[in-house]
Amino acid sequence: MLSREEVWTVLQTVMDPEVPVISVVELGIVREVQVHDGGVRITITPTYSGCPAMHEIEADIRTALAAHQVPLLGIDLVLSPAWTTDWIGPEAREKLRAYGIAPPGRAEPQGLITLTRARQPVACPFCGSSDTHLQSEFGSTACKAIHVCHSCRQPFDEFKAF
Amino acid sequence: MTVPFQVAAPRTTPVANPLFEYLLRHGDDRLVLGHRLSEWCGHGPILEEDIALSNLALDLIGHATSILALAGTVEAKGRNEDALAYFRDAVDYRNALIVELPNGDFAFTLVRQFLFDAYSVLLWDALSGCAHESLAAIATKSLKEDKYHLRHSGEWVVRLGDGTEESHARAQSAVDTLWRYTGELFDPDGVDESIVTLGIAVDHAALKSRWDGLVSDVLQRATLTVPVDRAMRGGGRTGKHTEHLGHMLATMQIVARSHPGASW
Repeated sequence: MLSREEVWTVLQTVMDPEVPVISVVELGIVREVQVHDGGVRITITPTYSGCPAMHEIEADIRTALAAHQVPLLGIDLVLSPAWTTDWIGPEAREKLRAYGIAPPGRAEPQGLITLTRARQPVACPFCGSSDTHLQSEFGSTACKAIHVCHSCRQPFDEFKAF
Repeated sequence: MTVPFQVAAPRTTPVANPLFEYLLRHGDDRLVLGHRLSEWCGHGPILEEDIALSNLALDLIGHATSILALAGTVEAKGRNEDALAYFRDAVDYRNALIVELPNGDFAFTLVRQFLFDAYSVLLWDALSGCAHESLAAIATKSLKEDKYHLRHSGEWVVRLGDGTEESHARAQSAVDTLWRYTGELFDPDGVDESIVTLGIAVDHAALKSRWDGLVSDVLQRATLTVPVDRAMRGGGRTGKHTEHLGHMLATMQIVARSHPGASW
């Protein structure tokens, strides 16, 4: 039977299916690991409520644990505390940038209604320029926004601060 | 001659499980609106908006999944979120009428979205501190997402209202048509009263007043006229729906009903 730390290490190898350079641990999806006599219980939380990758993530966790002969007692889903990109650490942010996705800034607590955005331009992950504009707050996945860089003229994804 | 609008019948029938009923109302609102938004997938006026509406649809269906799963637990009759979504008929749906209306044009879709988002954000804000732990968790999480839905739909209302003559006319027409369906969102009944003892107490008058303030502010910025309150249409909360819901459910439920128990 693996120790709690060893189980965390196994989970570190489970990559997010949509952003395969950071793990579900680095993303903050895995909240808790409990090691019992008969096996382990894992607690996960969804990023966005409608994220279609959650089932995939659950299946990937099962596969990774099975590959290490870790008996799984169950995977519990919790909603509270609500997931935030602030849980993504500096190393994972650097991995995102290297992969071509601008990492999230700090998730500012916002008022209920913020029609007008006073957002700083997001730095281009390719050339570093801040001469960029937001093309759309909605991108290829729920967690990303689309920007365009005026300096290197490339469109790029931003992992939205959330 | 003016034809009077249908007024919701007095609701005196007590419901067996008010919390279940309450969760169905809010789960169904999001499931039905989420499905309506998904109908735009592949039909959006521009690519970015096509993606945006599909994103919103996913979030709403995600919220519906959480709420209906909780409803199934509360009901304790072995129905999960899929059973509740796919194996209830229109009369058993509890969504407000505003979300089941067909999408209409882009202005109609976005104005409806804005009116609903404003309501949803304020509702979640009120419920995020309620004493029911699971509902409070759903409210807190959904609130984060609905806030950016509201920003998106609100910006579009301003853009369309304060846009061209054509977009202004279409947005105003949408506001005028939809207004009579907004009363139902703030009309408490026995179900709302029954769950106060569970620590779920939303002050509907306060909710309505905050909604009025927010909506009029954005409509004014959009150079649109705020309609005066008049006879409101209701009935959805007790299963009296427009003809549109049945047609929508037929499309939504056909696969699950044709292959019961299938998984993919």
